[in-house]
Amino acid sequence: MLDRATAALRGLGHRVTSRIWRLGFASRFFLATLLYSGTSFRRFFLTVREIYFTGVLSLIIILVSGLFVGMVLGLQGYDTLQRYGSSEALGILVALSLVRELGPVVSALLFASRAGSAITAEIGLMKATEQLSAMEMMAVNPIARVVAPRFWAGVISMPLLAALFSAMGIFGGYLVGVQLIGVDEGSFWSQMQASVDFREDIVNGVIKSVVFGIIVSWIAVFEGYDSEPTAEGVSGATTRTVVTSSLAILAADFVLTAFMFRGA
Amino acid sequence: MNRMTLDLWVGVFVAVGLGALLFLALKVGNLASTNTGETYVLKANFDNIGGLKVRAPVKSAGVVVGRVADIRLDAERYEAVVSMNIGSQFRFPRDTFAKIRTSGLLGEQYIGLAVGGDEQVFKPGDTVKKTESAMVLEDLVGQFLFDKAAEGKDKK
Repeated sequence: MLDRATAALRGLGHRVTSRIWRLGFASRFFLATLLYSGTSFRRFFLTVREIYFTGVLSLIIILVSGLFVGMVLGLQGYDTLQRYGSSEALGILVALSLVRELGPVVSALLFASRAGSAITAEIGLMKATEQLSAMEMMAVNPIARVVAPRFWAGVISMPLLAALFSAMGIFGGYLVGVQLIGVDEGSFWSQMQASVDFREDIVNGVIKSVVFGIIVSWIAVFEGYDSEPTAEGVSGATTRTVVTSSLAILAADFVLTAFMFRGA
Repeated sequence: MNRMTLDLWVGVFVAVGLGALLFLALKVGNLASTNTGETYVLKANFDNIGGLKVRAPVKSAGVVVGRVADIRLDAERYEAVVSMNIGSQFRFPRDTFAKIRTSGLLGEQYIGLAVGGDEQVFKPGDTVKKTESAMVLEDLVGQFLFDKAAEGKDKK
């Protein structure tokens, strides 16, 4: 009986300390990535190649889901707003919810599952097939050569993808609201322009997406680098990337929103 | 995939992304309408500003001529002091009325300037003397009930 209780306690303690150990290792790894990122800018083609894989190949999913999210916002927003007789405010609703929240958050979630998981799997497999060790043998730093370009590609791609998501969503809202339902086009755009502030709303949205880009890329490269060099280990690391970065995005979004939009 | 096509695709991606940002800034946001032209400051004291916010528009005859720059409370007279940035090309007579109005039933509040007939115009930094506070719904309802009660008493 007592044995069991102590075993459970020991297991709990072990889990907590290993989590904290991993957090420390991840932070040290983050610093190392920043420290060795000179190569990814000196030989910029390394980063450009990764931008192609993380950014360009994510374009389709980002654009299509942005369009649909915007169209749903148009339908739902109209349904709610017309009860108060203010369906002209549809433009404000669609634009503000996309630029402030949905654009950065949903595109970061999609980015984590589309590109983050791929980065983890790639680096994890490189580790499993001992390519990383081979690089070290050739005096090539794998963090500078493999990890940092992928990290920076994610950080660069994320704000661009979020902006595309928001723009596409506003276009979708316009399609449904103005073309399909028949909200007045002039008031749709003018009310939107009157209440979306460049500094307050758009710049804050971009800041959010940069932060999410750093979070997702960091988690993805770390999970890949830290994965167990087995098939099972790589699959586990890929799952952890998606789960951890999704939770981290939502938590960070709350903190950032609390700082940015506490109301005038 | 060779290096040229890769560069091309990444270039297209970055260009389209920056284009989307530009679209958000100019078409969705108010960067284009934020006129960086010369402005001067006018002040106005109100008993009650209702829901007026900083950056709310200042309109004359319905046309936006400036924005609210700052709202503070005068600690001695317990009045709200509203500073407005007015475009330099607009000059207003000294007997101009500043009223807090609401656009639509649920719309934002703005300051309407009703122009008078004075020969002299406001100089930068002047204070608008004639003001009309925001309508507060509770006060209106209270006034209405009070009048009703008074009517009822007269009848008896």
